[in-house]
Amino acid sequence: MNDVAVIRTGTANLASVLAGLKRAKCKAVLVDEPGAVASADYVVLPGVGAFAAIMDQLNSRGLVDAIRQRVNEARPTLAICLGLQVLGSSSEESPGTEGIGVFDVRASRFGEAVRVPQLGWNLVRPAPDCRLLTGGYGYFANSYRLTEIPQGWAGAMADYGGAFVAAIERGPILACQFHPELSGKWGASLIERWLGAAREPAPC
Amino acid sequence: MLTARVIPCLDCRDGRVVKGIKFQGLRDAGCPVELSMNYERQGADELILLDVSATPEGRSHQHETVRKVREGLSIPLTCGGGVRVTDDAGLLLDAGADKVSVNTAAVVKPELIDDLALRYGSQCTVVAIDAVRQNGGGWEVVVQSGRERTGRDVIQWAKEVVARGSGEIMLTSWDRDGTRSGYELDLLSAVSEAVTVPVIASGGAANPEHLVDALKAGANAVLAASIFHDGEYTVASLKAVLQDAGVEVRP
Repeated sequence: MNDVAVIRTGTANLASVLAGLKRAKCKAVLVDEPGAVASADYVVLPGVGAFAAIMDQLNSRGLVDAIRQRVNEARPTLAICLGLQVLGSSSEESPGTEGIGVFDVRASRFGEAVRVPQLGWNLVRPAPDCRLLTGGYGYFANSYRLTEIPQGWAGAMADYGGAFVAAIERGPILACQFHPELSGKWGASLIERWLGAAREPAPC
Repeated sequence: MLTARVIPCLDCRDGRVVKGIKFQGLRDAGCPVELSMNYERQGADELILLDVSATPEGRSHQHETVRKVREGLSIPLTCGGGVRVTDDAGLLLDAGADKVSVNTAAVVKPELIDDLALRYGSQCTVVAIDAVRQNGGGWEVVVQSGRERTGRDVIQWAKEVVARGSGEIMLTSWDRDGTRSGYELDLLSAVSEAVTVPVIASGGAANPEHLVDALKAGANAVLAASIFHDGEYTVASLKAVLQDAGVEVRP
């Protein structure tokens, strides 16, 4: 039984994430203070809502440094949907709001050729250097996205009016634009692999 | 590429799934938890759970149903029926919904849509629009399970709900609902062209060809109820037909 700390972002609906972790035989606890985020073996950063709203929540609870630090120290962390975008520098959604800044990539809105938000199942295509991500269909619910994989990360792409970043990984850090907890068996197996990879040391 | 979604809809009353024509003569169609798990196994892309209870007691059943369904379900769940104020939506989301749909209350008080989108996000805010064809052409919005006309034009209302922050429209042809004569394709095309958000087709599906027609008319997802509950088709068998017709679906 793994204890997983799920960051309470205030804006996110957490029932599906908690249910998904429970199905993966995890004991999920909600946390909202920096010490708990720093000390937890596993952390999930869920994200629903707007970029500025979630950053306001993280800033007001002093969680930004704790999240950045654990990602930089390669400690098991799973970011979901907007959770992926806030790891970057900023977003077209909320000009003037700084992200957590783990990498220097800005999120932008989907083009006008497609219906926005993107709601539904899209094919996720991982690059050969991915260890956790496999090919399959993920469930997306987003209006903004990254279009380039940050330096030093392995990534998977999908297509919606052009290529966009479906997920990125680096050691036991996994950040998905899709919702693994809503992506059926394929998503459940990805969560299992994330939990499993976190138990093993990263390869040299 | 984003695939077309096939969405079984469970109308629930007092903790049981029911089905009737235009909500009249409701009959029992099974246990919501068992049906949900079954549809996920068959390849459903999403589920919609609508509460058609007439009483407050029925509503409390609905939260319990949503909680039980969520425990086992690993695909998206949209819940609606009887959402009057923003907090009603909050309770459904806490119980395990991923999206909430509003219908009558949004027509009565359109600001509800702005509130929901602001608090929970557009991707979470579904507006259900029930349409009837007008004699002089076009469609009118109806509410209260089709009992009440509103004088609102469907196309104008669809544009307004999107401007207010709705991220998806669930469009039901009240003339077709439960009739098994196919979705109303003109209505689907007209609304799909008028808005930039995804549109779910609802009302009238009886066979796989109806689903193909709706998707080709511009719908991004197809909702159906009785064809699944009656066991005539499985989600998988419908998807196989869609694929043969050139519609991209999740295997």
